[in-house]
Amino acid sequence: MQKRVHYNSSYLPYLLVAPQIIITLVFFIWPAMQALYQSFLLEDAFGLSSEFVWFDNFVELYDNPRYLDSFVRTAFFSFAVAGLSMGVALFFAALADRVVKGAQGYRTLLIIPYAVAPVLAGTLWLFLFNPTLGIMTYFLDMVGINWNHKLDSSQAMGLVILAAAWKQISYNFLFFVAAMHSIPKSLIEAAAIDGAGPAHRFRTIIFPLISPTTFFLLVVNIIYAFFDTFGIIHAVTAGGPGNSTEILVYKVFNDGFVGLDLGGSAAQSVILMFIVIGLTVVQFKYIERKVEY
Amino acid sequence: MVENRPMTTFISHSVLIIGVALIVFPIWIMLVASSHDALRLTEVPLPLLPGDQFWENIKLLFSSKTFGAPIHLSLLNSLVMAMMISLGKISISVISAFAIVYFKFRFRMFFFWMIFVTLMLPVEVRILPTYEVVASLGMLDSYLGLSVPLIASATATFMFRQTFLTIPDELMEASRIDGASPMRFFFDVVIPMSRTNIAALFVILFIYGWNQYLWPLLITTDPDMYTVVMSIKQMLESGESEPMWHMIMLTALFAMLPPVLVVIFMQKIFVKGLTDSEK
Amino acid sequence: MLNKSIIAASITAALLSGAANAAVEVNWWHAMGGTNTERVNKIAADFNALQSDFTINAVYKGNYTETMTAAIAAFRAKKQPHIVQVFEVGTATMMAAKGAVYPVEQVMNDSGVTLNKSDYLPAVISYYQTPEGELLSMPFNSSTPVLWYNQDALAKAGVTDAPKTWDEVSSVSKKLVDSGMKCGIAVGWQSWGLIENYSAWNNIELGTKQNGYAGLDTELTFNNKHVTANLQRLADMQKDGSFTYGGRRGESLAMFTNGDCGMWINSSAYYGSIKGQAKFKFAQAMMPYDSTVASGPQNSIIGGATLWTLRGHDKEDYKGVAEFMKYLSSAEVQAWWHQQTGYVPITTSAYKLSQEQGFYQENPGTDTAIKQLSLNTPTANSRGIRFGNFVQIRDIINAEMEMIWNGSKSAETAMNDAVSQGNKLLRKFEKANK
Repeated sequence: MQKRVHYNSSYLPYLLVAPQIIITLVFFIWPAMQALYQSFLLEDAFGLSSEFVWFDNFVELYDNPRYLDSFVRTAFFSFAVAGLSMGVALFFAALADRVVKGAQGYRTLLIIPYAVAPVLAGTLWLFLFNPTLGIMTYFLDMVGINWNHKLDSSQAMGLVILAAAWKQISYNFLFFVAAMHSIPKSLIEAAAIDGAGPAHRFRTIIFPLISPTTFFLLVVNIIYAFFDTFGIIHAVTAGGPGNSTEILVYKVFNDGFVGLDLGGSAAQSVILMFIVIGLTVVQFKYIERKVEY
Repeated sequence: MVENRPMTTFISHSVLIIGVALIVFPIWIMLVASSHDALRLTEVPLPLLPGDQFWENIKLLFSSKTFGAPIHLSLLNSLVMAMMISLGKISISVISAFAIVYFKFRFRMFFFWMIFVTLMLPVEVRILPTYEVVASLGMLDSYLGLSVPLIASATATFMFRQTFLTIPDELMEASRIDGASPMRFFFDVVIPMSRTNIAALFVILFIYGWNQYLWPLLITTDPDMYTVVMSIKQMLESGESEPMWHMIMLTALFAMLPPVLVVIFMQKIFVKGLTDSEK
Repeated sequence: MLNKSIIAASITAALLSGAANAAVEVNWWHAMGGTNTERVNKIAADFNALQSDFTINAVYKGNYTETMTAAIAAFRAKKQPHIVQVFEVGTATMMAAKGAVYPVEQVMNDSGVTLNKSDYLPAVISYYQTPEGELLSMPFNSSTPVLWYNQDALAKAGVTDAPKTWDEVSSVSKKLVDSGMKCGIAVGWQSWGLIENYSAWNNIELGTKQNGYAGLDTELTFNNKHVTANLQRLADMQKDGSFTYGGRRGESLAMFTNGDCGMWINSSAYYGSIKGQAKFKFAQAMMPYDSTVASGPQNSIIGGATLWTLRGHDKEDYKGVAEFMKYLSSAEVQAWWHQQTGYVPITTSAYKLSQEQGFYQENPGTDTAIKQLSLNTPTANSRGIRFGNFVQIRDIINAEMEMIWNGSKSAETAMNDAVSQGNKLLRKFEKANK
């Protein structure tokens, strides 16, 4: 979509885009190219010797069951985080939409997790569920659940999903509330006169009408789960136990930053980049279409 | 309210209160933990109610350098970094979006895609090559190094583009008929009309900047340049001792406060800007 | 703010006194968090106060991996510090980087500073020497795993002595659980304690080519029947709580100090923390050996870190490095560091000094680690390990061990998988460092 009319100027537009283009070139395009080039190299950590190995790093990933597992795990993790945080947010939004008094207060409290840094959120949840000291561990023990996410893979996965979803509830909640507000009141009143109860109205009117928002949020949440949860995993499980919480972005970090395998790590970045391009194109198409309405 | 059902409203409130309490519970525990001493936090079960060590802990935190950088300095560094990132990113992207939407020029789409592509590779993934660039420019251990590389992202440009597209063309035509220059139109019409978006973006970017972890960790070697968020993880790495949970939680509280205050105080405008841009 | 003004003032003072007198700055990146940061700062400050030619800037750069990565990234960008603290598993990576590393023995020789190698404990320096005996990095903080035990709990269970063999560990653990303890034994830094040190202590090899000392074409062999049998035994001990897993690093500390577990195998450097937290009588004993493998223990290997010198600075700077290294390893500094932290003294003279000062009488058991390290002359199996990419390999070992503990793999399968993945990384390292 474009404007019908434009300004004409020989130099002004270039001047206006220059700062961003320069910063993008220097701090983004150039390092990204380096990463791409690196993905074809076998290099020692210090960069003293390097060898061009074509697609060796990629082939190695393809042969590595641990990497392929990480793919499946990332998909599961992302959908679980998106599902949980959107589900809870939708539930709250539906309730908040019904109440008039105090809605502001609920929103103010619900918005807080959005501002908490991922590393901090991870630290907080780790403290709550610390296998020896955590207060939640203590409560769980009273009801007969033995909590040790350092040992139990599904508990570890559950914990990082919980922490990641917790942070994202605020964001989803705000969008759902806004979407529900924009539904014409007359529609709902008409249904109410026909005798439809709140639950029935939600199912037949509200939910279908907010489905564009739901789809938008799904993409945003998946991208969030892919990348922004790095800090949470880093603080809570560091990928363990086993490799049970090692999602793709964490493996990139771990192999490159900790293991100093720059080529292998760069190859993974390149693959990730393609995934994000895919997701972004979906999102972009969707937004473009919506704007045209 | 569509109909008046006191019972349903009551249930809605109760469920909301319980739900909100669950969401806020971790934050409560953070407050509680920061008001006890170290020993109490190694004993099971951990407290659910605040203790009396809060001021003692604050005194210790502000007087000691054991926990990395002095906290007031790292708070200041975080603030400068977050402000530079948010204001810097808003400035460069509002003008580039203006150019892309309102001008016809060669390479326009090329520039647009070049900016857009930056959405696709988060910092964690390209961190080592970016570090090398920053180092060769002599920007290690500086506010510029902390902020400028993180300004290179398309989200803000993209958001402004969406907003500008919804500004009626008639306004621009009218302005042109009045003989106003493009920049005049930019300052008199475009900026005022995007105020809400700018405010919303400010909140988002402030939080984004404040919450950075890996990047400041890599490029700062001078303790006087450390940011508060990176020092939390440092404190978790306690070597051969139990982490000092009371101090960690207290630092976490300070690290959380500024972004939380920003989001709470600007929530009306933030919510409006955020949700409008999606439409 | 105060700091900055002091720095400003000292800069002004330095300028006034003329450039000729300005001290040469030497940067030291370290990974000593928590209270050890203060101790490291004290060492640097004391050295700076002692002479005026050099200024050591000690900078805390995060945990071991973060510090090492930061230094390597800095080297690639030509902004490297003079000295960097690297943990023992990074040794092979540092060694292979010949163009980047300035062996500490050469640094000292080139600067005319004497290095008395015979004073260093063999088990400590053998980890960091070339096959020809050249010392590559300066040992700084070294420790070794010991057996910590809760004396009250053992007494309650009717056990008088700490277990000496793994069979005894198994039976004592059982008794502890029977007497009402939540768990018998826990282990911290499991790969280091249950595989690397288990092998050295029982004098069996961890990998071919003398554990990697004799060449990059080494292969891992720790999937042998001894290691796997011992791990399987621990896995089986989980059923009644005799063994409980509590995390890859030192997180299980709280399980011991809370009184949940009666025994704990982990670094001797936890002395200070345990002393601060435990509300019971505790002691340390030597690690258990495996009586089905050896007739007695050999010697344990160290963990911890050493200081590496990086190339690319002025000759004058390295004189400062050499002087500082000499100061750092002096008996007084080492004895103080050892007594404060629980790390082992790296020289015989520091050990003797601590004896003279009566430290071991006041703190019984604190010499367990050093006795364990110097129990016998190190063999090819107990000198240390030198595998490339070992940071990643240890990660794999940890992951595989966790799969044993949570029952998704048998010890044998897990170790076979760890060895085959590890060998791939060794081949990759060999290829990259030809």
